[in-house]
Amino acid sequence: MAVIETRDLTYTYPGATKPSIKDVSITINKGDFVILTGPSGCGKTTLCRCFNGLIPHFYNGTLEGEIVVAGLNVADHQIHQLARHVGLVFQNPENQLFALSVEKDVAFGLENFAMPRDEMRKRVDWALQMAGISELSERPPHELSGGQQQRVAIASVLAMQPDIMVLDEPTSFLDPVGAEKIFEVINELNKKLGITIILVEHRLDLAAKYANHVIVMDEGKVVLSGTPREIFTSEEARLIGVGIPKATRLYQQLKQNGIDLKTVPVTTEETANLLREALKHD
Amino acid sequence: MIDVKDLHFTYPTGLEALKGINLTVNDGEFLAVMGQNGAGKTTLVKHFNGLLKPTKGEVLVDGVSTRDVSVAKLARNVGFVFQNPDHQLFSETVEDEIAFALKNFGFEEAVIEKQVDWALNLLDLTQYRKTSPFMLSGGERKRVALASILAWDPQVIILDEPTIGQDYQQKEKLRQFILQLNAQKKTVIVVTHDVEFVAECNPRVILMSQGKILAEGIAKEILTNQKLVAQASIVPPQITQIFLELADLGLPTDVIDVPEATEILLERLRERS
Amino acid sequence: MSVFEGFKFRKVSSVVHNLDPRVKFFYVCVLFVMAILFSKLLALVVLFFIPLPFVFMARVKRQWLRSLRGAAFLAVFIFATNFIFGYFYPASFQEITGSVDTLMEYLVLLERAAAMTLRFVVLIASFSVFFLTTSPDHLGLALQQSHIPYEFCFAFTTAVRFVPVLADEAQTIMDAQKARGLELERGNFIKRVRNYIPILIPLIVNAIRRSLELAEAMESRAWGASKNRTNLYTLKLKRADYILVLVSVLMIIIAVYVWLYVSIPSLTTLLSL
Repeated sequence: MAVIETRDLTYTYPGATKPSIKDVSITINKGDFVILTGPSGCGKTTLCRCFNGLIPHFYNGTLEGEIVVAGLNVADHQIHQLARHVGLVFQNPENQLFALSVEKDVAFGLENFAMPRDEMRKRVDWALQMAGISELSERPPHELSGGQQQRVAIASVLAMQPDIMVLDEPTSFLDPVGAEKIFEVINELNKKLGITIILVEHRLDLAAKYANHVIVMDEGKVVLSGTPREIFTSEEARLIGVGIPKATRLYQQLKQNGIDLKTVPVTTEETANLLREALKHD
Repeated sequence: MIDVKDLHFTYPTGLEALKGINLTVNDGEFLAVMGQNGAGKTTLVKHFNGLLKPTKGEVLVDGVSTRDVSVAKLARNVGFVFQNPDHQLFSETVEDEIAFALKNFGFEEAVIEKQVDWALNLLDLTQYRKTSPFMLSGGERKRVALASILAWDPQVIILDEPTIGQDYQQKEKLRQFILQLNAQKKTVIVVTHDVEFVAECNPRVILMSQGKILAEGIAKEILTNQKLVAQASIVPPQITQIFLELADLGLPTDVIDVPEATEILLERLRERS
Repeated sequence: MSVFEGFKFRKVSSVVHNLDPRVKFFYVCVLFVMAILFSKLLALVVLFFIPLPFVFMARVKRQWLRSLRGAAFLAVFIFATNFIFGYFYPASFQEITGSVDTLMEYLVLLERAAAMTLRFVVLIASFSVFFLTTSPDHLGLALQQSHIPYEFCFAFTTAVRFVPVLADEAQTIMDAQKARGLELERGNFIKRVRNYIPILIPLIVNAIRRSLELAEAMESRAWGASKNRTNLYTLKLKRADYILVLVSVLMIIIAVYVWLYVSIPSLTTLLSL
């Protein structure tokens, strides 16, 4: 069942001479874990902003084509209406937290929805627990590490119980250990709660194992769409400059030299297992 | 040459960030300072240009203690490229931005012009000479910041987390650029937590954890040492992880890049047949 | 600056900290009115001692004293101006005829200047206790429940939230520019002011960028979805609050009575008896 559908979506920022995204037509199904990737400036961030209505309502500019999210036509609905279905987590952890305590930040969206206090309390506690930060509930954001702050941002969006969560390079400022923690949380939300995830990422080696769908953009257009395995072994992806995981590269190198591991590995475990098989069976 | 002797540093808030660092960085070296966020990496390198002065111990740059010299004087030889270019860009044009440090250091007009031309060319920014730096994209602003530091041709160049937010191609370009600088006998110090980036460069690595140096050596040795890596809370490169899983098959464990991995595996597989 | 320490909230568990900010503010206003009402030194001395029990109950003695120390400079200025003004225009004093000649008349003048200074100190002292014992969170909540439009309350708490962030950023920017040879300490007054441009511009540009990002995040979390927002926390008046309200009302009643019917002797008159 499609939860996001776009048809020839084209958007030009106000005052820009050419569109940032052009003729984007994609379908994202319920429960998908999508990785959206591509070189800097390819339009990924612009596309994300279309998913929750920041484009066109916040940024204005010219939006052509069609985009339907959770059954709602984005152009016809206000951002706060779309916020009930789509949540957006941004790159910089510091600039999405405005309150003086973690739980107040998590409650922010619910307060905007005028939710009664008791219900709000339950939701906030639940969201904190899902993000693994219950013990931080009364801390001020300034005292938290980047990774903790991002988890607060995720909890704040989660509290609103959206069907879809879009995360725009959420681990940019985090070290690999912090990044993995974030991916684990996001994966839980996807597998346990069925939330559709759209993750914009460069670090495919860390994120690829969770995804079932990869979309590659370049210069405003969608150039590739498929499963991680398909995308990582595609020559076009390599030419565009997508950061193919080393595990897959190893597979490709071996293949070039006549060793076929049969399945395309994307993660460390897969590669190790395939190599073990190959080394034993000879 | 940078000499660090029993360096201790405590922030005014009371946070003890460095607990006894001993280190020598020789001219022309390529060094990666690695460790988790909060290990003390940036705190350490801020001592190399005098932004921070030791609470205890000494830091000597070319034989002179940093306590006795101003930041401006040390900066003449030690260039520091900060993580976020938006913390330094302020000029009306890219040209002015690059000339800023040169003016501060009192270079002559003719020299400034020459250096600006050179820096613009080096980082592919000539077409943006008269553009406002605020009009440029994130990646371009990073190049302007880098150009403005290289402009005065310091002997030592420190880069603080240069790979953050960069896509694969940008990282490749950066890697090649760093190797080029190093080939020109510049001392390059990179503070990073990006293990894959370090694995591709294979520099000398010092691994930090909780204000101390855990270990130092070549990237190949450090990043493949399971115990060290776990202690420092970093994730080893993907290729290393694969080989560590296959350690029981008698394969070498100090592999960090794809070409070497391919070679070893091909040999093994050919041996068998 | 340590004088600001006297107004920065300190998290302590005390009766005073738990009082409703609206009640505390009412109490401080009453003190304010009383301080304005009385210009006799004796009365103001009494007023000065009133906040003291709160200071001790709240365990903020050291910080409170810092606010007084900070006020000392202005206090001296106020004392001097009052004394000098009174010397040249003694007509405002009923006890002085003509010009200030006798010792008695000097004492009257001194007493008046001291009273005015003490009035200022009483005001600073009372507000200091208020800010020391009220968290910005509670303050924002109090503003909201006092029916001030949510936009303003939000702007207030968000601003407070970002004060430490901006302070850190200002430091980083200064470091980044110092590392390019900028010397902030050198030069005459005009040069020093100009030297701050490379600090201010990135600070302001980044503040604007940050506001944009914040606005995006707010919109994405359904800002403006409902006309009447609800709130996770709520301020409820407790017994201690009602007691303080009662005390404040009593204080103002007594004060007005004394002001109308009781003539407070001046210290000088008392001493001369």
